[in-house]
Amino acid sequence: MNEEKGMTIIVKTITRFTVWLIFLYGLYIIIHGHLTPGGGFAGGVIISLSFVHLTLAYGKDFFLKRHKISTLHNIEAGGALAFVIIGILGIAWTGSFLANFISTGKLFTLKSAGVIPLLNIAIGAKAGTALYLVFYYLVTHRSFIQKSESEGEIK
Amino acid sequence: MPVEIWLHFILGFMIIGAIAALEIKDVLSAIIAVGIVGLGLSVAFLFLQAPDLALVQFVFEILCMIILIRAFTHRKEHKIDLKSNVVLVAIAVVILSVVFVLGIFAFKELPSFGKPIARIAERYLTKGPQETGSANIVTSIILDYRAYDTLGEITVLFTSILGAFTILRVIGRKQRR
Repeated sequence: MNEEKGMTIIVKTITRFTVWLIFLYGLYIIIHGHLTPGGGFAGGVIISLSFVHLTLAYGKDFFLKRHKISTLHNIEAGGALAFVIIGILGIAWTGSFLANFISTGKLFTLKSAGVIPLLNIAIGAKAGTALYLVFYYLVTHRSFIQKSESEGEIK
Repeated sequence: MPVEIWLHFILGFMIIGAIAALEIKDVLSAIIAVGIVGLGLSVAFLFLQAPDLALVQFVFEILCMIILIRAFTHRKEHKIDLKSNVVLVAIAVVILSVVFVLGIFAFKELPSFGKPIARIAERYLTKGPQETGSANIVTSIILDYRAYDTLGEITVLFTSILGAFTILRVIGRKQRR
């Protein structure tokens, strides 16, 4: 709150009330992807929008003080790896790639549809962190350009 | 009111937004006019009863708008000088009219609105919930019947973030100096 960066105190105060609601809505969309509209991609984008919301309101150094950017890279690569591992487990159980090897369960309940919720969670972790990382790199690149222009080192 | 009238209204609005995005000189206004196209598409998906697509289109459009505004409005010159060339405009009009006339013939051959001819979709709609156990049929298609496509989409995202990281990284350049 004491930092000069970011937007005004009105935006920061409202951000503290809204950012976790957006994050929880993204989690809800991911976890209920096999029951209600939405899924891994939509929920992941909503989660990355909550990170973007935080970055826009508090400045780009706020996020970096609490989380390393390499952690986001690990989550992102881990999501892609989990998707492929679930697919290979399908080969081991039933003989075909990405086959449904868990019992499908009862329709319209949260614990149904076999591997589909797991795949949704993997996609959500992947899309949420990847799209935030793209945004983050564009923002840091912009400040890098401005710094080198002010120093007079334009190449 | 039938849904077609609303769709015609939204599509006309999207065409106006696209033309405005091309013609406006200010970059920020042009980006917002591009946003009209995407949000109008999201509303059109809602009218066609496809809430999955509408949700994805809506959130992606907002993210793209934020990225475009952050990436393109920091330059000092916000204006773009467009000089209209008479020859280029004439060529564009000729090509557009040819495509329009050919499009009329092509759309006559398509099946009418709301009557699909794909037989495989019938199996997805009737047997999807029983075979996959997923109440949301869209999810059962993209993560069970067509999971290879989703794997491809994940690969595209992975490659895009690798490209952004490689081109835009700051730390690597600083360490080299």
